[in-house]
This record gives sequence, structure tokens and C-alpha cells, in this order.
Amino acid sequence: MSFIKLTDVDLIYGSADPKEKSAQTLAVSSANLSIAHGEFLALVGPSGCGKSTLLKLVAGLARPSKGSVTVDGQEVTQPLKTVGMAFQNATLLPWRNIRDNVMLPLEIVEPYRSRQRQEREANRERAETLLAKVGLTGFADRMPWQLSGGMQQRAQLCRALIHEPSILLLDEPFAALDTFTREDLWSVLQELWSFRKCTIILVTHELREAVYLAQTVHVMSARPGRILKTSTIDIPRPRTLESTFQPDFVEIVHDLRHHISLGKQN
Amino acid sequence: MTSKSVQRLAPWIATVGFVILWWLCVVIFDIKNYILPTPLEAVEAMYKFRYPLFVHGLATLMTTLIGFVIAVGIGMVLGILVGSSRLLYSALYPLLVGFNSVPKAALVPVLVIWFGAGTVPAVITAFMLSFFPVVANVATAFATIEPELLEVMRSLGASRRDMTFKIGIPRSLPFFFASLKIAITLAFVGSVIAEIVAGNSGIGNVMLVASSNFNVPLVFAALIVVGIMGIGMYAIFDFFERRMTSWSIRGGSGMQQMGGG
Repeated sequence: MSFIKLTDVDLIYGSADPKEKSAQTLAVSSANLSIAHGEFLALVGPSGCGKSTLLKLVAGLARPSKGSVTVDGQEVTQPLKTVGMAFQNATLLPWRNIRDNVMLPLEIVEPYRSRQRQEREANRERAETLLAKVGLTGFADRMPWQLSGGMQQRAQLCRALIHEPSILLLDEPFAALDTFTREDLWSVLQELWSFRKCTIILVTHELREAVYLAQTVHVMSARPGRILKTSTIDIPRPRTLESTFQPDFVEIVHDLRHHISLGKQN
Repeated sequence: MTSKSVQRLAPWIATVGFVILWWLCVVIFDIKNYILPTPLEAVEAMYKFRYPLFVHGLATLMTTLIGFVIAVGIGMVLGILVGSSRLLYSALYPLLVGFNSVPKAALVPVLVIWFGAGTVPAVITAFMLSFFPVVANVATAFATIEPELLEVMRSLGASRRDMTFKIGIPRSLPFFFASLKIAITLAFVGSVIAEIVAGNSGIGNVMLVASSNFNVPLVFAALIVVGIMGIGMYAIFDFFERRMTSWSIRGGSGMQQMGGG
């Protein structure tokens, strides 16, 4: 039973008028995806291949030009409220401290919104517990600019999870970080997923990251993005940095790389 | 002397320097006091006419502040509208720029025809001169919100209202305060111009009467009063800006950059 389902989805950017074909960009072409409840899925592919566009389609921030997107059996026609998002830029609000940044969704999403006055204390605690989970104990009162890039990303993950969304959409969240910080955050994210068990779609161009984290990896072609290859990753969890040096891990990465270069030739 | 105390003294030193330069010019070029008075003569005039200067200064201050408050209110609303809608931006911005390019002094006689001489034209002139910087700054702040931030908000199901109050307005505060400091000085220019052209009270009117009596020291005394009021208002907004938008001024004592992930 698939939780999120994309059926023959096309997305055309630009003019909707068929006469102005030259002004149109086909960002995604006949994409079919099926994601089970609680699945961790990764989309990899060259930049500009429409990976981020697929996320927007799932979140309901963009509507497909053709085909259908359903979440939990419902056609997605407007922005979903059960979604958490994180991006390459931490996009924290510079005028709020880390705790208040993390609590932002609770001020917007129901049922938290109407209860936020009564549950202010509980919500603060909830934010601090989550911050502790990602290793930011004691940073709740800091302002975003006082944190390093990696710490800002950790805070962003907390903001994306605080309202307990059923879907977490990650758009290259670790792309701007150095390798060591990035590898740290892989294990943070793996642990968050292991106790939250939400459905995660991770967009990345880093193959090792995809294989480390995901259960299923989809390789996309260059624009217009099509899904070239789907691999199931059977490496046991919890995966560690050590796993990334094992022969089976290396072989999967190698195989995916091969499909990407094949996609470039065609 | 530390660099901090030098910084604190710098404006006073510059002001004293300016006064000395003014004085030297008058002495060296032997300028008559009905052309340009010495600073001392201007200050003497300030003391001699302290009562009318106080009353009319207060009138000008009131006129300016009324025009300024209206400008801030309308400017902020217009700025939010223009900044959050691309359609309104392209529709209204040329009109606003055109309106701002019109010499406001030339409009004062028209305002007098419409509303009669007195305070109303001065309030309107102060408003007209000061509302554009507010609109332009607030609109810029709203129009430059990071698209990802908007996506985060939209994916949470945030309403327009949420976006405006939780993102737009806090984000526009530094821009807003910067515009207030420009707007208040422009509002003084507007009200004084209107008072000179068509006032029956205010500092502008004092200047008009004084210059028709060749009492040039009093004209300069009045100018100094306006200048001091302008600096005072500027300082007040500067104080609030520092308190309310400290997050946008990095560094300071709270600065603590953390390393590592």
C-alpha cells in the first residue's frame, strides 16, 4: 500500500499557452513513484534534473501539468499541512532565537496553533527535547548567526519535525556543509528517522549520502527528469561511517554512478 | 584616548569645526550681518527671540509630526501591499516614483487653494515628502523575502496574515527604521517649506517675516532650531532602532561564532 503515489507526472514550467512552446521547460517527464508509509527514499541525479520539483509536487507547492499526485489516497491540490521541509539554506528567522525558530510551526499548524497559549511551557520543552536529540543542548537561547552552518542545519531539522509531520521533505539539506559535518548529520538524521518513523524524501546529489540513509534510491536523468533506476538498499541498520567502506556499500554506489553516467550519454 | 571615546566625541568636534569655519568665513570675507550673520549673532537672535521661536518651533514640530505619522501609517500599509504583490508592484511603483519626483513646493499654492492657508497645507506637504522612503523601504523588505522561507511557510499552511505578521513585518523592521530616519528629516523640510509659502504660524513663517525685515540673524536662528529638532527626532528613532532590531546589527558584545558542526 503506497502512502505517496506519483502517476505519469509531467511538470512544465513557464507559459501554459501551447502556442508558446519555446518559453516552456519540461522539468519532470512521466515520473512514477510509489512510497510506502514510513519509508526513507532518496532521489539522486545531476543538478537541474527536477529533483526539487518532485518535492514541490509532493508538498503541494506545485501542481502537475499532467498525471496525478496522491498522498494517503487523497489527490494533492493545495499545500499539505502534514509536511516538514528543510533546505540547503537553513532559512532560520534571524530575529528569533533557536528555540523560537524551532517553535515556528507550532504557531501555524493546527491543532497546536489554537493551543499554543496554554501549552507554551510544554511546547518549549518539546523544542528543547528535540534540540537535545540533534546535539544542540544549551543552544536554545542563541541567535541563528551565533551558530555554525552545521548547527543551523540541525536546528532546521528540528523546525521541520516539531509539529510531527507524517512526511519530511529534505532538499539537499547538507549540500553546503563540509564533509565531516555532513557525515555527522547523516547519523543524526538516521536516528531521528528511527524514532519518528515519518516518511522521508531526501533529494541529494551525493550518492554516498543517499545509500547511507535511504531504503530506496531513485536515480534521475538530466532534464527533463525521468527515473532511470531504482535500487533497494539492504545494508543493515544502524548504518555507521564504517558501513560506507564495506564492499557491498561501495558496490551499490558504484552501480548508481554507472546509471547516472549512462543517463548522461543518452 | 580609546577609539570608542574618539567616536563619541567625533560629532561634537565636527560641529564645533563647522561653526568655526562659518565664523572664519564671515570674518575673512568681511560679510555684512544682513547677508550672513556670525554664529554668535545667530545664537543671540535665538536668545532674544526665544519666546516666538519656542512657540512657532512647537507649531512646526506638531505639524511635522502629524504629517509624518500619517506618512508612516499610509507608507507602511502601501509598502506591505506593493511589496507582497507583484501585480501591485508593477502597477503602482511607476506612479509612486512619478509622484515623488513632483516638486512638492510647487504644489503648496494649490493646496492653499484647496484647504486655505494655515496648518493643513503644511501637514500635507510634510506627508508628501516623507511617505515615499517608507513605502520604498518596506516594499523592498517584503519583496526580498527568501523564496525558501515562503515555501516553508506555505508548506505549513500559513495564511497571508501569518506571512505578513511572522515574517514580513519583523523582517522589514531594520528597513523601516532606516526609512523613518530619512522620512522625519524630509517631513521637517516639507512643513517648513509650506509655512514659508503659505503659513500663518511655524518656523517657516518666522523665517519669512524675519527675512522681509532683513533680520537675517533671526532667519539663521530659526534654521538652527529646525536643525536641532531634526537631530532630536533622528536620535529618538536611532535609539528605538538599536533596541528593536539589534538582531540585524551583528557583532557587539554578544558576538560568539561557534566552530564545528
